[in-house]
Amino acid sequence: MRGLLRAAWAHSAWTRACAALLCAVVALAVIAPDASPWGVDEIDWDAIDRGPSARHWFGTDSAGRDLLTRSWAGARLSLSLALLGTAVSAAIGIPYGAIAGYFGGRVDQAMMRAVDATYALPFVFLVILLVVAFGRNVYLLFIAIGAVSWLDLARIVRGQTLAVRNELYVEAARALGAPRTTILLRHVIPNLLGPAIVYATLTLPGVILAESFISFLGLGVQEPQASWGVLIADGAREMQGSWWQLAFPATLLASTLLAVNTLGDALRDALNRRATLAAPRE
Amino acid sequence: MAAYLARRGATSLMTLLAVITVAFFLIRAAPGGPFDGERRLPAQVEANLRAAYHLDEPLIAQYGRYLWMLGRGDLGPSFRSKDFTVNELIASGLPVSLTVGGFALALAAGLGIAAGAVAGLRPGRRLDRGITVAAAAGLALPPIVVAPLLALVFAVTLGWLPAGGFESPRHVLLPAVALALPYLAAFARLTRGEVAEALAAPHVVTARAKGLPAHRIALRHVLPTALLPAVSFLGPAAAALLTGSMVVEEVFALPGLGRHFVQGALNRDYTLVLGTVIVYATLILAFNLAVDALYTRLDPRIRLGR
Repeated sequence: MRGLLRAAWAHSAWTRACAALLCAVVALAVIAPDASPWGVDEIDWDAIDRGPSARHWFGTDSAGRDLLTRSWAGARLSLSLALLGTAVSAAIGIPYGAIAGYFGGRVDQAMMRAVDATYALPFVFLVILLVVAFGRNVYLLFIAIGAVSWLDLARIVRGQTLAVRNELYVEAARALGAPRTTILLRHVIPNLLGPAIVYATLTLPGVILAESFISFLGLGVQEPQASWGVLIADGAREMQGSWWQLAFPATLLASTLLAVNTLGDALRDALNRRATLAAPRE
Repeated sequence: MAAYLARRGATSLMTLLAVITVAFFLIRAAPGGPFDGERRLPAQVEANLRAAYHLDEPLIAQYGRYLWMLGRGDLGPSFRSKDFTVNELIASGLPVSLTVGGFALALAAGLGIAAGAVAGLRPGRRLDRGITVAAAAGLALPPIVVAPLLALVFAVTLGWLPAGGFESPRHVLLPAVALALPYLAAFARLTRGEVAEALAAPHVVTARAKGLPAHRIALRHVLPTALLPAVSFLGPAAAALLTGSMVVEEVFALPGLGRHFVQGALNRDYTLVLGTVIVYATLILAFNLAVDALYTRLDPRIRLGR
């Protein structure tokens, strides 16, 4: 994993800029909402719907709430929900793929058949179904979204397991009489964690998008809580007179997506290059 | 091939039935009901309402009743919009969503594949790099960001195009562009990668060594194989555009299917949500089937009916 990160870092100056941007966004999402002098739903009666100023750097919304605080509180919630969903998808996808790949045969066939059947339903479609069922509880909703977005990961991990399964160290463990669960947990899974994490990062932007999409429609995070989807929806309603209400959260969402996409691509490139180098020469 | 398509069709029908079943029970399991309004209804009135809509029956009986109605093409009455049946609401919304979605898909696939092919045929050139950067930017611009921006610039500020409503083809332009943008970028990236890869393939090297002119190589040897992945991407793209149109329908006040879904979900209008979900699922499955059929015709390597 560290080698992969180093290779991704060496990819280009552009990747390094995106990595720095992402770190800054995450750091500010953690710090800014609490460091700001304004609360998330605190109303400044002297500044209702005002543009950016020294007092409110990102301006205020139509209820007089500080947009800088709300944008970063939104970042915190949006990113947390996205991480929650991604973590759930990794927690299901990695063991699922590893078990299918390691045991092979009929188990593998049945498990991958199930994955193929679920593929027939598009992701967005599953998401809107889940919204109807879990709409009132966003955390539950994103656990559910994670629980339907592990299919790609399971496929990748299965492929990796098939390769790792035949390595000498696995054979050695088997020869020493280690039980199958031990081999799986101690030898197989640790060795495919790097690639698995790379592909998990690739599911992250999808979950960020799902959050913004659902909350924009009013079906996800609800006022007075802030998330990027909620803020952009508010901003879109007020954009005619108050551009800042849309501009700040929209820019944050778009640049975060750009950074996450770029880093994911760089990591995947690094992984593919390593795979090509490791492949036996003819 | 006919046997293959028949089998795929049967699987699609099974999937559809599974979707209907899951959706039916998921919605009933959700907290809240269609008659929880601002004001609490008198118990007697609520009991009568529930009886009138058969909500007092056991779930499994309601499910059977629903399937029976569905078999006759009846999606039931809307719980909230009292004077309308779900069929009427969907009949009014579907053409709008299909127009916007279809236009967006044509735009995304047409322009995206063209841009990707242009970039991929000359890898490393300035045009290629420009298109690659634009595609990366496009992927980071979801409709919830682009749709309000386009409305602000082209409708409110410049006044060139209408900001909302669904009356003329001009009303469809902004929503379709906003919806299409990320998928245009995705098509461009996919095609670029495939074309660049196909350029290095042995049969293309041979064609070049034979001295074939560049345009002949591109048209006969590179593009036919390189465009196949884009064809199979049509399925998921269409599904995402169709469901994604909810956002642009909100922003541009289009009376489409997506708005009915969102309203239905907010109001716990069981029949309306189920109806829209079923229509979405049917469209998506049918489109995927059509893409599969197209694919089998295009790719000679696929020997079907194994």
